[in-house]
Amino acid sequence: MNKMTKDVSGIPHTVPQKPATFTDPVNAEIRRAAATGIYDIRGGGAKRKVPHFDDLLFLGASISRYPLEGYREKCETKVVLGTRFAKKPIELDIPITIAGMSFGSLSGPAKEALGRGASAAGTSTTTGDGGMTEEERGHSDKLIYQYLPSRYGMNPDDLRRCDAIEVVVGQGAKPGGGGMLLGQKISDRVAEMRNLPKGIDQRSACRHPDWTGPDDLEIKILELREITNWEKPIYIKVGGARPYFDTTLAVKAGADVVVLDGMQGGTAATQDVFIEHVGQPTLACIRPAVQALQDLGMHREVQLVVSGGIRTGADVAKALALGADAVSIGTAALIALGDNDPRWEAEYNELGTTAGAYDDWHEGRDPAGITTQDPELMARFDSIAGGRRLSNYLKVMTLEAQTIARACGKNHVHNLEPEDLCALTVEASAMSGVPLAGTNWVPGRDESY
Amino acid sequence: MQTIDMASTELREANSTLQAQKADTNQKAWEIVNPKGSHAIACGLDGPIEVTVRGSTGYYCAGMNKQAHIHIVGSAGPGVAENMMSGTVVIDGDASQYAGATGHGGLLVIKGNASSRCGISMKGIDIVVHGNIGHMSAFMAQSGNLVVLGDAGDALGDSLYEARLFVRGTVKSLGADCIEKEMRPEHLGILKDLLERADADAKPEEFKRYGSARKLYNFDVDNASAY
Repeated sequence: MNKMTKDVSGIPHTVPQKPATFTDPVNAEIRRAAATGIYDIRGGGAKRKVPHFDDLLFLGASISRYPLEGYREKCETKVVLGTRFAKKPIELDIPITIAGMSFGSLSGPAKEALGRGASAAGTSTTTGDGGMTEEERGHSDKLIYQYLPSRYGMNPDDLRRCDAIEVVVGQGAKPGGGGMLLGQKISDRVAEMRNLPKGIDQRSACRHPDWTGPDDLEIKILELREITNWEKPIYIKVGGARPYFDTTLAVKAGADVVVLDGMQGGTAATQDVFIEHVGQPTLACIRPAVQALQDLGMHREVQLVVSGGIRTGADVAKALALGADAVSIGTAALIALGDNDPRWEAEYNELGTTAGAYDDWHEGRDPAGITTQDPELMARFDSIAGGRRLSNYLKVMTLEAQTIARACGKNHVHNLEPEDLCALTVEASAMSGVPLAGTNWVPGRDESY
Repeated sequence: MQTIDMASTELREANSTLQAQKADTNQKAWEIVNPKGSHAIACGLDGPIEVTVRGSTGYYCAGMNKQAHIHIVGSAGPGVAENMMSGTVVIDGDASQYAGATGHGGLLVIKGNASSRCGISMKGIDIVVHGNIGHMSAFMAQSGNLVVLGDAGDALGDSLYEARLFVRGTVKSLGADCIEKEMRPEHLGILKDLLERADADAKPEEFKRYGSARKLYNFDVDNASAY
């Protein structure tokens, strides 16, 4: 007998049912908010399920096109970023870069490991809100220097010793939002680099202090180029909000590279409501951005770097097939370093969470020693071993992307194209602009691609 | 004195020439004529040279300046001396928005008025404005000194950190977490020095000091209305 369907008198009644709207997690958040009076702040990107690269498949070769022999026939992966105006474009061995993450949100050794891993794999890493550290510059063969609204640590010397400049307009986790580094993580060194007192919450503005709009941005880029002798590629990073128009305006403003970050892209610390409810999925952003570049006759001349939820070589290949020139990883890179590793499960439990779900990076108590400034926790992290893991991971992703590209008959990963793909769902088809599997139908399009 | 005529010189050539002047240069005095509102003039300099710009400039004149003394005989467009690290920038006329934004060091003197967001996010720069300043000036200002001989517009020092603000005239309104503070002897000393260096005809005792109440330094739900 199901005791839930009958009471003690034996009379049947309805099964207790929790509402689909007021789920356990929703109710828990209501209770937490009621108890604390503060919104939930966390790291990472959107956790909600949205259409993603998993909803696309490659078709592979067939009679109409033949595959390349794996391990025998070359499939190139090199990518050059910044060919439009910069005197010194960046040449990468692989089309996967490391996204901007700040010293402050990450420890110095973690930043060093990112540099080590990226360099060993032949790619670039990126600074973040907080300026450039010696560990990072010293261990990164190619370092992108972010130009952020806060301008923490910004100075012309670092501007000149970077390899490219990334003007950050927005971020996928929080388009329209600024940054936040809570006081728990403001060590003496972080405070000094940011020119603020130790232990206070450090807010990063949501927009730049000395320009508004694309016309101003064009002049700002002129200034940055003048200061750096027109050598450095200028990237413009936008969150996945209005990718067609943002890409168009970034090109108009003079970008060499557009970095497009979808809502699965991570953040060090932002309001959960922002992460989950603002911005578009990465998958939905790529085709409009590519379309903008094509409409301007700038596809491949202004390179497109896509980020936000890239995990595997298949994701890389799909992003490239949709028209990106490269991708960027953040969360996945941290996991490769050792973030959220089950080996720390007992300590995650003590923090009230579990491996894979830990996202209170802003509290600075990361058992893995990566998203912290606590000396004891930082000492757990081996930057050399971490760098090696990251390098391995990047190489695996590259091999995976090459495997898929060869199967599609491509001798360069950039030769992947939308017609190599089909979509598993109507939503993914509409967002990516590739036909629903088994059909030639793309929702919302008069003609299929 | 070396002269660069912007009517016949490309911006890149002009800036490249000035940027090449380092500590050991013997060409210390430079003059830029016919700037005609060009943007990014004399930005990224890093040498102990004197540059006189004869005319008004566009955006970001003297941006990220280090060491150089730049004198604008005219008015300056938005973002003059933005992110300055050291040196001196003097503007005879008025300055548009964001003057001295995010500046880390050096001295910026505006002999006319400054528009909105003067000293926004300043990080150690000293700014002396002989006239008035516009709204939202010293927004999120972190450190350094902003001295205003005239009046200040709305929301002065909103979300201020540790920068010191000195205003001789009226303040239309103070921004969140910005309050009037006691003027102590060390502040009078700072003011005296800055006024002298800025060639300003005013007495330190005529000013009021404003700074952060430090109530927004760490999130507190009781201050939610201020966020």
